[in-house]
This record gives sequence, structure tokens and C-alpha cells, in this order.
Amino acid sequence: MDPGSDNRQGPTMIERRFLSGNQAIARGAWEAGVRFATGYPGTPSTEILETIAGMDGVDAHWASNEKVAFEEAMGYAIAGGRTLVTMKHVGLNVASDAFMVFPYCGTNGGFVVVSADDPGMHSSQNEQDNRYLARMARVPILEPADPQECHDLIVAAFDISETFGTPVMLRTTTRTAHCKGTVTLGERRSPPMVPSTLRAERFSVPIYRHRLRPGLEDRIQRLAAFGMTASFNRIDKPRHPVGVIASGISRAYAREILSDADFFDLAMTHPLPLATLIAFCAAHDTVYVFEEGDPFIEEQIRACGVANLVGKDRLGVMGEYSPERLAAVVTGGAAFETSFAMDAPAPPRPPMFCVGCGHRTVFDVLGQLRVTVAGDIGCYTMGALPPYEAEHTTFCMGASIGTAVGLVRAGVKRTVAVIGDSTFIHSGIPSLIDAVYTRTPVTVLILDNATTGMTGQQSHPGTGTALDGNTAPAVDIEALVQATGVRHAVVVDTWDRAAVRRAILAALAHDAPAVVIIRGPCQLLPEMRSRDIQPLTVVEDLCTGCNACYRIACPAITPGPNGLPAIDPALCVDCTVCQQFCHFDAIVTREAMMDGEQRFAPPDTRSST
Amino acid sequence: MTDVMGSAPAGANVIVAGVGGQGVLMISEMIALAAVDAGFDAKQTEVHGVSQRGGSVHSHVRFAARVHSPLVPIGQADLVIGLEKLEAYRFAPYIRPAGTVILNDHEVSPVSAGTAGVEAYPHDAAATLDRMGVPTRLVRATELAERDLGNVKVANLIVLGFAAPWLPIPVDTWAGLLATRIPPRFLDLNRRAFDLGASLAQAAGPGPAHRPGPAPALPIVTA
Ligand SMILES: Cc1ncc(C[n+]2csc(CCOP(=O)(O)OP(=O)(O)O)c2C)c(N)n1
Repeated sequence: MDPGSDNRQGPTMIERRFLSGNQAIARGAWEAGVRFATGYPGTPSTEILETIAGMDGVDAHWASNEKVAFEEAMGYAIAGGRTLVTMKHVGLNVASDAFMVFPYCGTNGGFVVVSADDPGMHSSQNEQDNRYLARMARVPILEPADPQECHDLIVAAFDISETFGTPVMLRTTTRTAHCKGTVTLGERRSPPMVPSTLRAERFSVPIYRHRLRPGLEDRIQRLAAFGMTASFNRIDKPRHPVGVIASGISRAYAREILSDADFFDLAMTHPLPLATLIAFCAAHDTVYVFEEGDPFIEEQIRACGVANLVGKDRLGVMGEYSPERLAAVVTGGAAFETSFAMDAPAPPRPPMFCVGCGHRTVFDVLGQLRVTVAGDIGCYTMGALPPYEAEHTTFCMGASIGTAVGLVRAGVKRTVAVIGDSTFIHSGIPSLIDAVYTRTPVTVLILDNATTGMTGQQSHPGTGTALDGNTAPAVDIEALVQATGVRHAVVVDTWDRAAVRRAILAALAHDAPAVVIIRGPCQLLPEMRSRDIQPLTVVEDLCTGCNACYRIACPAITPGPNGLPAIDPALCVDCTVCQQFCHFDAIVTREAMMDGEQRFAPPDTRSST
Repeated sequence: MTDVMGSAPAGANVIVAGVGGQGVLMISEMIALAAVDAGFDAKQTEVHGVSQRGGSVHSHVRFAARVHSPLVPIGQADLVIGLEKLEAYRFAPYIRPAGTVILNDHEVSPVSAGTAGVEAYPHDAAATLDRMGVPTRLVRATELAERDLGNVKVANLIVLGFAAPWLPIPVDTWAGLLATRIPPRFLDLNRRAFDLGASLAQAAGPGPAHRPGPAPALPIVTA
């Protein structure tokens, strides 16, 4: 069953469902007749592809990275089929080489790229506003405010794309992607493949760039004219002194806070309908411009000489907007306040490796060895946090090995790169080749947990499974590493701390690039959850309270009623790592404890004192 | 000016808070779906991501005749449902003066508390909230789920059943919703959990079905 589906109203009635923005985008794309959908996981975009994968008539899969996804999508679209490609904001950086050149030739079949931005950086490394990338590429942008608009605007995006022969960006943010609301659905349309001949004069951009270049400017002018009358840019007739120009989720907040004001609902934020916007501003005393991120809309209006605007001067460019933040600007003070003062602040609950996570041993060993660690993007980024604090740099996906090469060449000895399996395939391979090519003695740890863990366990080309759940050919990571020319490569079990330590030491001693593949599936994978688990327990008579087991920061181990560490049987997944830290053999399976009550009886010396 | 950001007289602003794995998102979606079934417009939001790694998880639900924003502003929640003490305490500032906290009497220590910071955990959150003047109702859902229903996983449904009388949603809406949304093999267990919570609420005394009178107007002016 589709998430949030509601078929109780019967087939003849209008069908409505309670959907997230991402689910609504998938559904809207399906209704628009999308045939091919691809992308690379990244919060807050991931659920779009996961939802569309179950729909009829769509060829959907995860690509190795965003650039590959974008290029596959280009190929499908110029062959004439409607195509969707999804990624988080920083994913578009990876795909931008293709993104910047595709508009020169334009598309045949409708082509929509979803860029999911993350104001507030809930789950991202930066806060970039991708509308600038679209403007740079001369690509139109649609920005939905709620799930219904996610649905409606993606349908419109496909139509605009085919009408103007342009790729279109649908820009969401964390809130629009994950907010749920009621969506009225439509039927699936099946537009035919757009007939196409692949002529070099159109699709071989470098050779014919001078001929194609004017078309780019001409098209964006025509799109601007279209935006002046497009029905999804709704404009109130002036009847109030205050006007609001708002995009995305800010529109939803503003609608509630300034419910009497006149609204210019901007759904198409590039190219802007500037003449209409200027007229709107002229008809009002004060105009609020509410847009999350950079002053993309505001600066363009100001550049036309409009001055009666309130926007980034009061709201700033950083972080997510909220009703509180907008209200404070409108009232000139704090509009929403708490009635209840807290005695003491609530202590934080920082994220940590899951119970049984295989990354624990690695960061414990790295911390012990006091090496310099160039990290990467994935769950293992949490190795930078206490109690490990054993990761020193993290920039962007695939950066670990390149950074480590630079560090080593600058004389930083004992440098280790740490990269996950999904990230290695995404963008780690070229930099490993470079380490070999430049004879740089880096130690590379590939943490192979058989999934893309951080974004919620998506398959990738190394997992042997596909987006639809079926099996797929799996990359042989060992063979791939060998083929790059790495001469020292070993595989170890991630839950064997001593083996992990030995392998890392041996790799560090090697005078050329060395790879350790540290393997053990993510505990959240279905096959790991459904296995027979023997929870561990602390034998109180043997435990001395030395607290060594706390060193691994396992959420299942917390102080028990007697002050000694206790293991929550409902959480423990018997990864045995805590056992390896106990100096007194006080951690055993519950079964072993029942069987061996005698064996664990306290020695005489202790009972007699 | 209107009082849209507060709940419309018949609607509600709700925050559900807890820890990853407790079923926060499931019950907040149930509340939103029940509201839709009862004829309201509803919006729900949460942030996915790192919060799933044992961090705190919370979700906002708003329903009224028409809802634009999914976010409940500070000081505007009619109900904060806490599946865990610390997380309920964290969201106390969101409660409006006439609001209520429904609190599952259950603790999950932050991982760092294993070594340091144990003192900071608000073990007596219920008493503290009371002292702050926040009407707080305690339910021992985790304990009862394990003891009486043999499955801790349904503690969230006990809490939902307990909270239901504070929401302006007709009683039969819930029964219908459970039947259509819960897979058949789990339905009986979930229904028993919900009913257990509802009966505890009844035994605990007459909670207001919902706030009397319209919500207070907000200090918002246009211009
Ligand atoms: C360019 C880019 N694309 C996608 C993401 C989202 N993202 C964060 S971590 C990650 C991959 C995690 O997988 P893996 O490297 O296998 O590590 P794990 O989390 O499983 O430990 C992804 C896709 C990102 N941050 N940047």
C-alpha cells in the first residue's frame, strides 16, 4: 500500500491522501507521465525515489552519484521520455558540470531536477541556496509551499520543460519535503515519447557552443514573459497597505501571521516576473519579502529601484525561518513567548552510533592510536564527537582520501582516511587512484556496512540489491582496490576490535597506499534485525564498576539501579564489543548466565571480606 | 486580525516528543489522520536525519478549519505528548497557558549520561512541570505495555489513547482509524493498547475534552 493512501472514498470520488512533500512529488511526477527516475540519496530528497520505485510504468534506480544520475537523466530526456532526477542541494554541486551545460541544447522529453535545500542544516554540511545555481545555468525554478503544491508544481514543471525545451528545477527545502498534508490526486497521463534526432549541431555543445549560446538567453526571456501570466503565481488585488512577497514554506508561515495582508504568492522564482512585482510593490506602503536562504528574490527587486521592502535586513540570511521569526519582524518584538520558564535547561541528547554499530571499534582504535584522521560524510562522521573525537576533518562526499593525500604530502605523518562504502563508490575511487599514482603512503579505511547508512539504508552498486528490492550485480570492492594498484589491502571484521587494531597498524607501517576494508552490516538492515539475537548482560558479582564499558558510548549501556552499568535487553543486539572492553569477563549472554550461575559465583576471597 | 496561528476554536496544536524508536512519528501521524477524518485540515512536520541515531525526535501537528503552517510556535501548543521525560521537559516552553502535558513515566538516558551528566537528567520532570504551573498528566505506558500487553512497542498507543480525550476528535474516529491504518495482524494488540490508555484517562478523572472557549488572540498586527 502507498504511504498514507486512503481509498475508502471509493473510485468515483476525488481521491485525497495525506502525503509528505516528497511523496506528493513522486505522485505528481507519476501523474505527469514520468518514465525514468534516478538520483542519489540525500536528506531531504531521498523519499521521492523510494516512493516512485513502487509505481507502475516508471524505470527507477539509484545511481552511483548525482553526476551520473544527472547524465543518465539527460540521455533519457533527449531520447524523448519524461525524466525526474532527485538530489539534495550539495548533490547538485556534484552534478553541476552537466547541469551547467545541458540548458544550452535543452531537452526533448520533460526534464525536472529536484534540488532539496536544507536551511538550518538539519542534516547537511552547508546551507547553500541552489537558486543561484539555477540562475547561473539559465534554468527556471518552481518552489512549492506545501504538499499539494509539491504535487501540482511538479506536474506544471514537466509541462514547462517540454513546452520550452528546458530543464526545470523544483526547489524544495527540508520543511516542504517532510511536511505532511492532504493532497488531491489526479490521474496518470501518458504523454508519448517526444520524437528526437540526435544531431551534433544541437547536442555537441563544445563544438557548437557559439551557435547555442544565444538560444539560452532567448529562452530565459520567453520564460520570464510566461511567468508574468502563469496561474501558479497568484497575486491579490491591492486592498491593504501591507503586501507580502513570499516563496516556499515562508508563504505558509506568512499566510498565518499576516492573514489580512495582500499576497504575491511566488511559485516560480526564476525568472522573476519583475514588472508585476514592481507594480505590486508600488501599490503597497510596505512589502515584506519572505524567502529562506539568500536574498535571491529581494536583491533582484531592489535592483529595479524598489525601496519599500522589509526582508533580509531584518531576517538575516542564516538558518531556517519559523513562524516565531517572521512574527518578530512583523511586530518588532517577540510575538510568541513561552509562559513557562524552565528551572534548568534540558540536557542535550546528542546523536550517537546506534546500538551494535560497527563504526564503534574503528573510532576507538583510531583514538587510541592518536593518528590524524581525514574523515568523510556518513554515519562515521559522528566519530568526530565525544567520546571518540577521532576524526579531524570532514568536508564533503569523497573528500577523505584527497585530503589525506594533501596532508601526507605536507608532512603530516600517520594520516588515515576513513570513507564509507557508499561514499567510496560515489566519489572515493578517483582519489584512491591518485594516491597510488602519486605514491602517497596514506592508510585508507573503507567502512563497508553494506548500505548507505546515514540517509536511511539505501542500496548502492556495492550492496547486491537495487532500489526495487531485487538483487543486482555487486561491485567487488577488494578487486576494485587491487585494480587501482594498491598492493596492501586486507579485509577485517568490524566487531573484532583486536583485529581492526592489528590491521590498521599494519597498514600504517606500509610505505605505500594501503587499504583496510572493515566489514560488518549496518544493524538497521532488515537481515540484521531479523537474526536471532542473544542479548548480553552484566554479571553483578564480577563487575567492579570500573566503567570501561561506558567508553564505547553504547545506548544500551546505562547506569543500573545499583549504580553499576546495566545492559538493556530490549536494545542489545549482541555485537559483543562491550565484552571486548570488560577486564573482568563480567559481560556474558543472558543465556550463559542462566546456565552458569555457578561459574559466575563470586570467588571466596571477595565473599569473605 | 484572526487567531489562525493559535488553534482555531475547534482545532488543536500538538507536539509529540520522544526518542528514536519510540514511535513518535507514528502517533503524530495518527493524530493528523484522525483530524482529517474528523473533517479538519491538518499539517504535520518533523525533521528526519540524525535524530534517528538515538537523538531526540519530535513532531508538530496542527489542525483547524484551514492550516497553512505545520509548525507550532513557542507558547502555542494545546498539548505536548511526551513519550519520554526529558523530551517532554524539553518542549514545555511550547505549552500555552491553558495547555496540558501528557507524560509517559519513562526515562531514556542520553548516552553521554552513562559517564557524565547523570545529575542533569530531569528524573522528577512531572513535579518540575507542575511547579512551573504546567498541568501535567502522568501515564505509566511503557511499564504497562510490557506488563499487561507483553510488548513495549505499543507504549505509544497507550499514550495516544490516554491523550485522546484532550483532543477535539470524536471517539469513533479513533476506532475507525485504527482499523484502517494498522495491519490486521497487529490490530488487536494496538487496539487493546489504545483502549487501555483511554480507560486510564477516564479513571484519572475528567480531563477537559478540549479547552473551553476560543483560543486567546495572538499579539499580531498587520502593518
Ligand atoms: C553530495 C552529497 N550527496 C549526498 C549526501 C547525503 N549523504 C550523507 S552521508 C551519505 C552516504 C553514507 O553512506 P556511507 O558512506 O556508506 O556511510 P554510512 O552512513 O553507511 O556509514 C550520503 C549519501 C551528501 N552529504 N552529499
